[in-house]
Parts: sequence; C-alpha cells; structure tokens
Amino acid sequence: MKFVLGIDIGSTAVKSVLYGGKTLEWGLAPTGWSPRDAGKGMIAELLLRRGLNESDLGALISTGYGRRALPAATKQVTEITCHARGAHELCPQARTVLDIGGQDSKAILLDERGGVIDFAMNDKCAAGTGRFFQVLSHALDYDVEAFGSVPADGPVEPLSSMCTVFAESEVIGNLVRGVPRENIVRGLLKSIASRSAGMLAKVGMKPPLFFAGGLSRSPSLRAFLEKELDCPVQVHEKSQFAGALGAALIGWEAVK
Amino acid sequence: MRTIEQIVEEMREHAKDGPVLIKELSEKGVPIVGTYCTFVPWEIIHAAGAVSATLCSRSQKPIAAAEERLPRNLCPLIKASYGHAMTDTCPYFHFCGLVVAETTCDGKKKMFELLNDIKPVYTIQLPQRGDRPEDLEILKKEYQLFVEEMERFTGHKITDADLRAAIRLRNRERMALRGLWSLAELENPPLTGHEIWEFGEYMSFHFDKETDVSWLEQQTADLRAAAAAGEDRGLGRKPRVMVTGCPISGSTKVIDAVEAAGGFVACYENCGGQKELRYLVDEDKEPLEALAEKYLGIGCSVMSPNKTRLNAIRYLADLYRVDGVLDMTLTSCHTYAVETYGVREFVHGLGKSYLAVETDFSENDKEQLATRIGAFIEML
Repeated sequence: MKFVLGIDIGSTAVKSVLYGGKTLEWGLAPTGWSPRDAGKGMIAELLLRRGLNESDLGALISTGYGRRALPAATKQVTEITCHARGAHELCPQARTVLDIGGQDSKAILLDERGGVIDFAMNDKCAAGTGRFFQVLSHALDYDVEAFGSVPADGPVEPLSSMCTVFAESEVIGNLVRGVPRENIVRGLLKSIASRSAGMLAKVGMKPPLFFAGGLSRSPSLRAFLEKELDCPVQVHEKSQFAGALGAALIGWEAVK
Repeated sequence: MRTIEQIVEEMREHAKDGPVLIKELSEKGVPIVGTYCTFVPWEIIHAAGAVSATLCSRSQKPIAAAEERLPRNLCPLIKASYGHAMTDTCPYFHFCGLVVAETTCDGKKKMFELLNDIKPVYTIQLPQRGDRPEDLEILKKEYQLFVEEMERFTGHKITDADLRAAIRLRNRERMALRGLWSLAELENPPLTGHEIWEFGEYMSFHFDKETDVSWLEQQTADLRAAAAAGEDRGLGRKPRVMVTGCPISGSTKVIDAVEAAGGFVACYENCGGQKELRYLVDEDKEPLEALAEKYLGIGCSVMSPNKTRLNAIRYLADLYRVDGVLDMTLTSCHTYAVETYGVREFVHGLGKSYLAVETDFSENDKEQLATRIGAFIEML
C-alpha cells in the first residue's frame, strides 16, 4: 500500500494528512455540528485531490475527540500519542509539547523517538483552551486572528478568573470601566500562558518546547509563553496538523 | 471441567442475590449491622452473632436527593451513602438495625451525624496515625467499646472464643480472596480485572461466610485449572495496570476505560481491592490487640503519615509486575487528592508510569476518561 491517511477530528476543526512516504496533502475544515460528516467529507476531499479511493489506503488512523465517530478508521489512537509523534516529526529536537486545542489543552513529555513519557491535561472545564479564546475574542469584538495578533508589548490588564463564563463577565466589567481593549487582550493571553506554564511544570517540562494546536498560530500568545517560561517556544507553520500528521505516521509505520 | 466462561456465568447468576439474602436473614430475626468502611471490624460483628452488610454508596441516582441537605461540593460517595438512606433505596440499610460508622474523613463524620436521624448510628473513633504504640492503645480501647455496643445490640455476650473463631473465619476469607487476586499473577490470567472485581463483589454481598469461602476457593481452583489446561484469553500480553486511590465501586467506568483501551487491570490497591487484604489478623495474640494491630495497618489516606499505602503500592507493583499505576480520586476527596503528588513521585521512583484521574459516579466524563486513560495505556 502506498498511502495512509491520518485524521484529527477536534472539537473545532478537522485536520487531515494524506501520507505516502512524505506528506502529500494537508486538509483543514471546521468540524461543525457533525464530527462524523466533517470527517467523512475531509477524507473524500483529500482522496479526490489525488484521484484515489478509500481502497487505496493501507491505513486510516483517527484521533481527536471525534476519533470514534468514523467507522471507516482502521485504528483509533488518542490525540496525546498522535501529537507527540507529529510534533517529533515537525520539530525532532522537541522534548516537550504544548498543545492548546479547542476544548482540551495538554502538556506532553517526549523521548528522543517521539514516544510519550508523561502527560498532563487541563481539568474538565474549558479554561485556557481555544474555546476560552473564542468566547473572549467574541466578547471583545475581535476575530480570532486579530485577537491573537494584538502586540504582546504594552500594559496588561490582569484577568483573575480562569472560568470561561466568569472571565467573560470580568472582561465586560473592564470594558465598562473604560480599560483599553488591547490591555484586556494582553491580560487574557497572559492568563492562558501562565495556566499553560503550570501544566508544563506538572509534567516537568524539558526544553526545547514545541507549541502545537490551533492557538500556536497566535504570535502574541507565543511571546507571552516565552516570557512566562523564560525559554524559546518553537512553532511550525503546520503546528496545527501535529495530531493528524502523527496519526498518519503511526499508520505508515504499521503498514510498512 | 468447566470453561472460564461457564465459571464466570455461574457466578453472575447469583451476583445480585444480596438483597434477597438480607431480607431472608432479617425475616429469620438475625440482627443486621450496616457498615461503610473496612475499619469497622467484621470480626466483632460476627462474634456477636450479627450479620455485617456493606451499605450502598456507589450510585449516581440518590445524589440529587442528598444534595437537598448536603453541599454539592462533597465527595459522591458520601452523598450517595446519605442519599440511599434518605430515599430508602438501599436494601441493606433498610433491613439493618444499627449503622456502624467510623471517623475516617471529615465529610463522612459529619454526614453520619445527619444519618443518625434516619437510623441509629454508632461511630467508632479512629486515631489519625497508625505507627505508634499509643495509636494502637486508642484503637484497642475503641474496639473494646464497640464490643460492648454490639453486646447491647444483640444481647449476646461476646466471649474470647467467639472472637477467635470470627478472626479465623475472616482470615480464611482473606486468604481465599488473595488466592482469587493471585490469578492475575499468571502468565495467562483466566479473568479480566473487571471479572476479578465481580468475584470480590460477590463475596461482599453474600453473608454465609463458611459456605461462600469454600465456594470461592473452589472457583479459584477451577479457574486456575482452566488456565493451566491452556485456556488463554490473551490477557497476559496486555499492558498491566494497578488501580489505586479512592474506593472504586461507584466508578468502575475507570476499569472499563482501561480494558477498552487494551489494558489489563492486574491489581487493585483500593478499598474493596487489596488494601485490607495484605495483613491477616494474628491468631495467636489477644483478639482485640490483634484486631487493632491489623486494622491500623490499612493504608488509608486519612492517616497521617500514610507510608503504608506507598509500601503496599511497591509490594503490589512488584508482585503483579505492573507497568503503570492509575490513581483514581473522587471529586472533593481531599486526602486522596493531596496524596496524588507524593504517590506520583513514588511511582516514578519505581520506574513505572503514573496517571491520576479525578472522577465521580456520573457518566458525563466518559470521553475525557477514555482519552486520558487511552493515552496512558498507549504510553505503557
């Protein structure tokens, strides 16, 4: 078999990688209300781009919270294992991975082959995850991209609440008091960074740190993380695909 | 020779007999004592001619009712215990004439005060430390008071011979249970961790010890024979996990998550598992002294310090050749939650992997547990 496909069905976005000794196609789409349909649509699209059928796939590995929504998957692997494997591919020297996803965030300690040594995840609530980011950018009337690009330098309005619901009220209170919007955004980014630092400390972070997941696209959040951790934070233009790439590689190794 | 499947099926046919059995005992006029915790010595209850029944504390259902009187932010086990009593949905509570409580954690101790309005409650005061001679004296005295309470309750004067006979019988049960758990030591274990748990549960909810212990010895022998004859379910090739932490009865979904992810639960350090089984009661010593000594050796997180638990983890990790330790704490159980840090360091020191999960009796964190436990099994 010459092809495998890894698909990461997250709470917000579906990411997928078609692989055949090297990455052939990348796919990204919103999950919407049906993880199953989003997953199926994504697989069909990537196959179509290369004129392939599902029967051409030697393995189809699903990961992410919607990993069980795909009956066609040959194997389901948790996002922790997949992110570790994918991050290792994108940044072989990384020994720790921070992934901030839509509803989960995780810190993973890696060995030199991309295997998981230990990991920690956020508590059950969405504090400090992409959902938190989304809700608060909405409250501040920013789109997510602009929100993540607010310059990291400048006054910071501290945010005391980490609960998404309470944080939203706190932000609204600050706006009423006339606090500049950018200062509030910096406060939010700083609070996500310090929460992530706490989780990284829990697993005993070892540098270099690789930052994966959708929020890794925010340059300001990265800057706050670097300040908080006092070490460089590595990203990759395909950071968001770490889970899907890891799934594809796990599939590739299995068929080889 | 019976197959493993037949043995498990036959056990399951009678696994749910407990409520009927307790009703029959009650109708015969046998005094019934309800308990929640292994610190309440079964031996003293048995020596008084009463039957000891474990009270219900493991279901999500009565929690909403309990929250009418108890704070939401309390461990689910305490809320379920009180809720079952309050809504009269526990047959063992219904038929018992006395509840014997114990001062383990603060939440339970205060809940028992409220429980006393529903049924008479007698509370055994536990020392919070177990490694000094003074602690032993305290517990011994408490057990003496408990002997007197049981005599009042049943009208039976407990003799030295009664106590010794009860100690021997209970020790025999502990040995039989150890034999059952030891099936997981085999290269081709005949039972999954969940099934082993079910056999343990069977023993907790059957009340004719002499008969039940012989039955268990027979089942274990037959299971061992089936494994020796070559029946292999492939369990020996799975990553081996020890479960530790809070009592797991209300959250067996944790066991299921390990098994669904392709792991094998090789042993349980928790209550209801092997926490209480490691040491027998010394049959040669003065009975109350021997009982106090044995029960003080339980590695419960209410004890400070609680080195016993760490020693038990090391011992079991070695005996059952575990690859990883899964520490399960129930929401708002402060003592076990605080211990997770020390246990994690200790387990890492043994060169094993460690994962702590916090859960309750509800179904709403199934997905999160599946991901965390799934990743843990993939890591082993």
